[in-house]
Amino acid sequence: MKNDFAAAPQSSSTPVDPSVPLLEIDNVTLQYKTSDSLVTATQQVSFNVHPSDRYILLGPSGCGKSTLLKAIGGYLQPTSGRIRLKGKEVSQPGPDRMMVFQEFDQLLPWKTVRQNVEFALHASGRLHGKEASDRAAYYIEKVGLAKFIDSYPHTLSGGMKQRVSIARGMAMEPDVLLMDEPFAALDALTRRKMQDELLRLWDDTNFTVLFVTHSIEEAIRIGTRILLLSPHPGQVRAELNSIPPEEMGTASQAQLEQRINDMLFAH
Amino acid sequence: MSKNNTLFVRPEIVVEPNRNAVAEVQRPLSAFEAIYRISWIRKTAILLVLALVWEVYGRWLDNSLLFPSFSETLHAFMSGISSGVLLQRAAVSLETLLIGYGLGILLAGLLTTLAISSRIGNDFLETLTSMFNPLPAIALLPLALIWFGLGTGSIIFVLVHSVLWAVALNTHAGFRSVSNTLRMVGQNYGLKRFSLVRSVLIPAAFPSILTGLKIGWAFAWRTLIAAELVFGVSSGAGGLGWYIFENRNQLETANVFSGLFFVIMIGLFVENLIFAQIEKRTIRRWGMQH
Repeated sequence: MKNDFAAAPQSSSTPVDPSVPLLEIDNVTLQYKTSDSLVTATQQVSFNVHPSDRYILLGPSGCGKSTLLKAIGGYLQPTSGRIRLKGKEVSQPGPDRMMVFQEFDQLLPWKTVRQNVEFALHASGRLHGKEASDRAAYYIEKVGLAKFIDSYPHTLSGGMKQRVSIARGMAMEPDVLLMDEPFAALDALTRRKMQDELLRLWDDTNFTVLFVTHSIEEAIRIGTRILLLSPHPGQVRAELNSIPPEEMGTASQAQLEQRINDMLFAH
Repeated sequence: MSKNNTLFVRPEIVVEPNRNAVAEVQRPLSAFEAIYRISWIRKTAILLVLALVWEVYGRWLDNSLLFPSFSETLHAFMSGISSGVLLQRAAVSLETLLIGYGLGILLAGLLTTLAISSRIGNDFLETLTSMFNPLPAIALLPLALIWFGLGTGSIIFVLVHSVLWAVALNTHAGFRSVSNTLRMVGQNYGLKRFSLVRSVLIPAAFPSILTGLKIGWAFAWRTLIAAELVFGVSSGAGGLGWYIFENRNQLETANVFSGLFFVIMIGLFVENLIFAQIEKRTIRRWGMQH
């Protein structure tokens, strides 16, 4: 078992039934307090994420999609409703739901690329010693940063930092990878490259990912299924199937884009 | 007047960059530039100039009772070292200093951990700091003398007081400025409370913590020398402050200067070797300070 961990993607190591939802969001209402008011971020949102989904939360800014992702991450408790992962209620942050944030400062600056990935494995108690360093090296190589494995984060570009964060998330082999607009702070060219790389990584291991974005184009390119949230407070507007990557740039993309646009901005 | 709507159409230009024409891409620095970049050489030059100014002024004044020159001070310093008196006094001072400094840091660590783990702990630290930080340590000395008697205990008490608040204040400010993202990353790994403080908050706040330690060190020295000047001899052997005080009474001004000189030397050593090394190996290497 132990010697084939590196090559074994999480979805094939245990046979899973794709029709059984992995993550269930059931009537979730989220509220948070600011200094002078109680803000409702999302209202009675329900959806299911199935294994190997590339599930997109799409909506205009302020629709509560990031708040929703943080709640799934376990950083805040829903006011009402339930969030269940593999049937177990989510109550606190944990390594079974790895977050990739938008900010570039999510890497620990006092650790090298390799140490950053290894530390995640050590601290969460997933792997130790040689196994941890092997798995870290495997995933760092996968995101194309083998040359920079012993560099400190401050010497890397924004795109490279995000790649390390993705490698770190994948190395933990979580049940679901939560990505909170991970490419939003990148320049347009790098963003396109990162999107393609993410799809390539997914082709290898078919990991389950929940991806927050406010870009319709990114949603269509990356997602297999897209959840549209209405503006503040966020409510489910629609749950759509995306198009296969081959159809990007064809009329069906333009059509879907138009459809989403109409749903999000028509009042 | 009608607007002229015709654009001036020009031909397109496409050029292959000519690599050979680029004059210089990289050039080694000249010898002076290379030397000037080394920080300790610049600092040594500053020290030499200061010593020269001191020497010139001392000779010009020509009053060794009031202001001995650099060479006289150096002479007194050397004889103090060779007779062993100065070293022994410095050892007494340093021992007391290190005990007080260590205790202060320990207490500061305890208080700040308490402060970030609960809101009431936070208020507790903030209230205590605002109460006691402005209080000069020396002002507590009379009380300390009543409580702990004439001896090392009293000095250590005031030392702890002078170190504690500076370190606690900086460490706490450092913890609070750690980005929320980093905290969330730590929690994502399942780290909580003490493990989160140890593995994420302390290294992330290290620049502030180091500043606190530096300030604390300086405060500790000041307090120590001042306290020794006030009641000097503790448990049979005096420290550097007492050495300065003694020699002032005997009008051995050169010895007073050599005592002060030793304090400065230790200060320079700790700042430029110990703290600078820590900085270089940690926060500079991590890109948290430039």
